[in-house]
Amino acid sequence: MSDLLKMTATQAVFSLSQKEISSIELTNAYIDAMETTSALNNYVTPTIEIAKQMAENADKAYAAGSAGPLAGLPIGVKDLFCTKDTQTTACSGILKGFTPTYESTVTSQIWQSGGVMLGKLNCDEFAMGSSNETSIFGPAVNPWSAKDGAALSAGGSSGGSASSVAAGSALMSVGTDTGGSIRQPAAFCGVVGLKPTYGRCSRWGIVAFASSLDQAGPFTRTVGDSALIFSAMAGHDSKDSTSASVSVPNFSDVVNSSVEGMRIGIPGEYHMDGMDDEITRIWKQGRSWLEQAGATIVDISLPHTKYALPCYYIIAPAEASSNLARYDGVRYGNRVDAETLDEMYEATRAAGFGEEVQRRILIGTYALSAGYYDAYYLKAQQVRRLIKQDFDSAFNNVDAILTPTTPTAAFELGAKISDPITMYLNDIFTVPANLAGIPGISVPAGLSKQGLPLGLQLLAAPFREDRLFSVASAIETQAQFSLAPARAAGELS
Amino acid sequence: MAVDKHAVKKIARLARLQISEEKSELLSADLGNILNWIEQLEEVDTTGIEPLASVNEHSLPWREDLVTDGEINDQVLKNAPETAGEFFVVPKVVE
Repeated sequence: MSDLLKMTATQAVFSLSQKEISSIELTNAYIDAMETTSALNNYVTPTIEIAKQMAENADKAYAAGSAGPLAGLPIGVKDLFCTKDTQTTACSGILKGFTPTYESTVTSQIWQSGGVMLGKLNCDEFAMGSSNETSIFGPAVNPWSAKDGAALSAGGSSGGSASSVAAGSALMSVGTDTGGSIRQPAAFCGVVGLKPTYGRCSRWGIVAFASSLDQAGPFTRTVGDSALIFSAMAGHDSKDSTSASVSVPNFSDVVNSSVEGMRIGIPGEYHMDGMDDEITRIWKQGRSWLEQAGATIVDISLPHTKYALPCYYIIAPAEASSNLARYDGVRYGNRVDAETLDEMYEATRAAGFGEEVQRRILIGTYALSAGYYDAYYLKAQQVRRLIKQDFDSAFNNVDAILTPTTPTAAFELGAKISDPITMYLNDIFTVPANLAGIPGISVPAGLSKQGLPLGLQLLAAPFREDRLFSVASAIETQAQFSLAPARAAGELS
Repeated sequence: MAVDKHAVKKIARLARLQISEEKSELLSADLGNILNWIEQLEEVDTTGIEPLASVNEHSLPWREDLVTDGEINDQVLKNAPETAGEFFVVPKVVE
């Protein structure tokens, strides 16, 4: 049992194919772990029966020699992906009880590759938040504890996706990243989180937040596992008009390829005033690891970095206000009855959406309204182009960029929720990649003095996830980070 | 940019969100703070910069104009709060 939870996905595939273990054994170990770690509030809708059925199918596929690349691997899914006949709520009251009649492209590709669905994972409501505290189901809790024992945020919005992989209640999971919602919780929980290039994974069947920024990506314990599941998730889909017609290499082949001679950029603008010393320390550490591995370190400038967050907080809410107009109590979701149609809309939306979602709808509506459109929305789109141009010129000179993932380690639940801007500032290092559409990965690099994980972020030019995997695996090799959160499923810790 | 509570109510009306008197005052402070913080964008010289709506700037793909699904009324209606026959039901719109 202990050995089962400790296996990486890559090791599990090997053991499954050698018939040393069965998928049903592996899946049952994870089902038990879901139970023992239930206080972390990671699963909002467990799908135990489906998991067992899929595990049986995987065992049959191995016996028949027809197993796919993810066959038999237990995987959790952020509750933002539509899953056929399984409740999908986006962790919002307005969608409680919604049961899709179709499956998202990304999850259907995972199941076609043999993955086993453990259940739906907690997240911020409509993925709007950085702490998982805006979820209608309450926050996902970080399996790591500070030395003083306070309960910590798993990060957000994909808090349950990160926490479950760290706690050993999922071998891998999928989430989405609109402004850092994969990379920030991955850093907080000490796991690997990848936000692919915009257009790399289909957005079809994912509950939309900000359509020009949203991307699906995996959470894993190792860089090798990330490459394994990402290869199955990516690819063109005619049902998403922004999905890219670009071939998908087998990314597992590039993990552990040498970084010798690669040029790694260090952007001066990511040295923020008042940044934690520990963050500066781990960043310097990452730089020297890559130097030791034979890479050349280059100081670079991304001059518009400081404007990325305010730019994002116009663009993302504007797109959200438009996307969330569909929740009107007519076609799906919950309804509050009223005399007139307009009163019904207004009462339904006021009751169904939480505070942060309403705040963002209002900001977005304001930014798009007559008289303010040019001053806010067009201005933000112009700044967005400048941010993208910063990266375009940087990547003429370097192969990848190294930054911290977050300005702090995981914070206590309740510490930031009452002040929106303080919460938004948590995404300061992750938001630029979404605006520019480039891929980024967070890899665990070490522990803070409080004993909490710290992550390093790597960024690369569009469709160069291969470079992320090779540089991230160089960091992984040198960091020797060992996953041992206090509140993990028994044998994992 | 100050957003007074009348402005909040107007935006809330556009967004079809019912808000109480009390909440509109809280939101007025909240939105004002956020918009003030956002206004640092004014420092950036964007003269002559083309707005970027999506990093995917090539034109949208075309496909054959064919029916690709259909005959799925029951699926379309499955999650509706109220239906009658093959229709969604809403409060009376026209007297």
